[in-house]
Amino acid sequence: MSPEAMQKDAHLTGNSGRSPAVGGPRRTRKRRWSLLIIVVVVALGAVAYFALVYKPAIAPLPEGQVPTFGVALVAKGSSLASIGDCASCHTTATGAPLAGGLPVPTPFGTIYSSNITPDRETGIGTWTEAAFARALQEGVNAAGHYLYPAFPFDHFTHVTADDAIALYAYLMTRDPVKFTPPANQLGFPYNIRTIMAGWDLLFLKKGVIAADPNQNAEWNRGRYLVEGLGHCGSCHTPRNSLGAEDTGDEYAGGPVIDGWYVYAINDTSPAPFKWDADGLAGYLRTGFSAQHGASFGPMAQVTARLGEASDADVHAMGVYVASLMARSNAPAPPPLPAQPILTSGDSLAPPMVVDVSAGRGATIYAAVCSSCHESGRLPPFGGIDFHDSTAVHADDPQNIIDMVLFGLPAGEGRTFATMPGFAGTLSQDDMVALLTYLRTTFAPGKPAWSSAASLVASTMSGATPVKLYSEDGVQRGPSPVNPPGANP
Amino acid sequence: MSIQLNVNGQDETIDSATDTPLLYVLRNDLRLNGAKFGCGLGQCGACTVIADDQPIFSCVTPIMMLEGRKIRTLESLGTEEHPGPLQQAFIDEQAAQCGYCIPGMMMRAQALLERNPKATEAEIRVALEPNLCRCGTHMRIIRAVLRAVDAMAGA
Repeated sequence: MSPEAMQKDAHLTGNSGRSPAVGGPRRTRKRRWSLLIIVVVVALGAVAYFALVYKPAIAPLPEGQVPTFGVALVAKGSSLASIGDCASCHTTATGAPLAGGLPVPTPFGTIYSSNITPDRETGIGTWTEAAFARALQEGVNAAGHYLYPAFPFDHFTHVTADDAIALYAYLMTRDPVKFTPPANQLGFPYNIRTIMAGWDLLFLKKGVIAADPNQNAEWNRGRYLVEGLGHCGSCHTPRNSLGAEDTGDEYAGGPVIDGWYVYAINDTSPAPFKWDADGLAGYLRTGFSAQHGASFGPMAQVTARLGEASDADVHAMGVYVASLMARSNAPAPPPLPAQPILTSGDSLAPPMVVDVSAGRGATIYAAVCSSCHESGRLPPFGGIDFHDSTAVHADDPQNIIDMVLFGLPAGEGRTFATMPGFAGTLSQDDMVALLTYLRTTFAPGKPAWSSAASLVASTMSGATPVKLYSEDGVQRGPSPVNPPGANP
Repeated sequence: MSIQLNVNGQDETIDSATDTPLLYVLRNDLRLNGAKFGCGLGQCGACTVIADDQPIFSCVTPIMMLEGRKIRTLESLGTEEHPGPLQQAFIDEQAAQCGYCIPGMMMRAQALLERNPKATEAEIRVALEPNLCRCGTHMRIIRAVLRAVDAMAGA
């Protein structure tokens, strides 16, 4: 021991030895009382910790014990996993399916999705059925660690025990992949998982939601899927300062995710025409509605997966979401025009007449957009009529900016709307002129987009990164955009 | 109404409606027939040219949006007697079958290699995705661009 350390030690010993010598019997009694209080508080704290906070680890599946499942159960789990869209967050653009590692940015730091393949070392291969169900229903992993709500257990808690088993069967029969995702990047105190116990106490409403007897079975099935496994609210409901969904503002849409504005899907939906259950079911299965638009942001991943889910379930989701969006004053969409019968030499559409004196935006529309959007070809073979476009009617122009700049990339092997991007062609001024023309012409009565110029600038400069997907849910860009004329 | 365009380094006065697609002006007025008319909808890439440093679909780009920008077409890459490195690479790999898509492929590849002279095969695949080839010489096209990467690095 160094002399300094010895001195320090002596000093400490002196301190601790002083009190009994100085204090009299009264002091000692007081001291005993306070000691008792401390002991009681600590004991109560321990009881509370074990009762409310502590979660035991669940014993792992023994080595060599590989669970097996019936084909029907795995198939059911597969459809449910499509509705839950597990793969979108648990897979990176270049990684193996379900092996995790996708960074999820949050206001508290970056969380990386976990490996949910049945690899015993790096995935969930040692998880029992009970451990898996607890993760879904309580947000606690097999080791007893609290999970962050980037994993939407606030929705998955509504999943029935039977469906949890089916999901488990599906995941445990995937290919195991040895991959350890990067560690989360969270500052203090968010890096302490135990604080999630408090979050759960405040915001986690556990359990299956009881059926509403005033609604039919399909609506109830839809609500079960949308509120539970589908976790639509995770994106479509704005979050409070603690990162929980704002229960007073459900499905009100909100900020931008991956460079795309999230539409409201309650009665404030910006869609100019009323969505109905059939229209929604079709959109959710294909990512496209001729009377509303197409999904090319993160929603394209959702709709690509829903294309693989059970028809009946997706229709039920449509029924429920249509009821969320119900508005008494919204008009029903006009029927699509009948396919004209043409003879050789007939033109499909009357020649486009645009008053060029109406300004640069009108001229750009006529010269660039109209060849598809006024072609007379029915969508998706022609462009959507912007009178119907949700993007043009939304309060925020981010999505129409993304589509004009980056286009709609083609997926593989499917018939779908595609569009070239015009990032290399349109200047910022031209973009704003075009947006102004679209807004005033096709969404008359809606307020002007005051944010258009700044959003165009931030999107073109890359300050707002945009993830672009084709309708098969595969990320396809965009490649970096440089404002025309600017040298990188 | 006339518009000033700079094409392959030359200033040109174009006497056409301002909403005329660049492709028509290149082929009909300037007799630059490298860029091809494929779909007319910006979906096949046969009409691709470069504006400043960006590959664009000339069939859906009206000339009024190109004033003050430097346009380059296939003809700027070299001549029949003296093909440029990218053209030579396409010849060496015999990357054309019918050849209709090749001018667009070359211009998009040229823009890529100017931005990223060490482009990898994966980057080439992503960059050329907007351009279609119906004959199916994709593998040779990719090899040609990779060959050009080497040729340009050695130059």
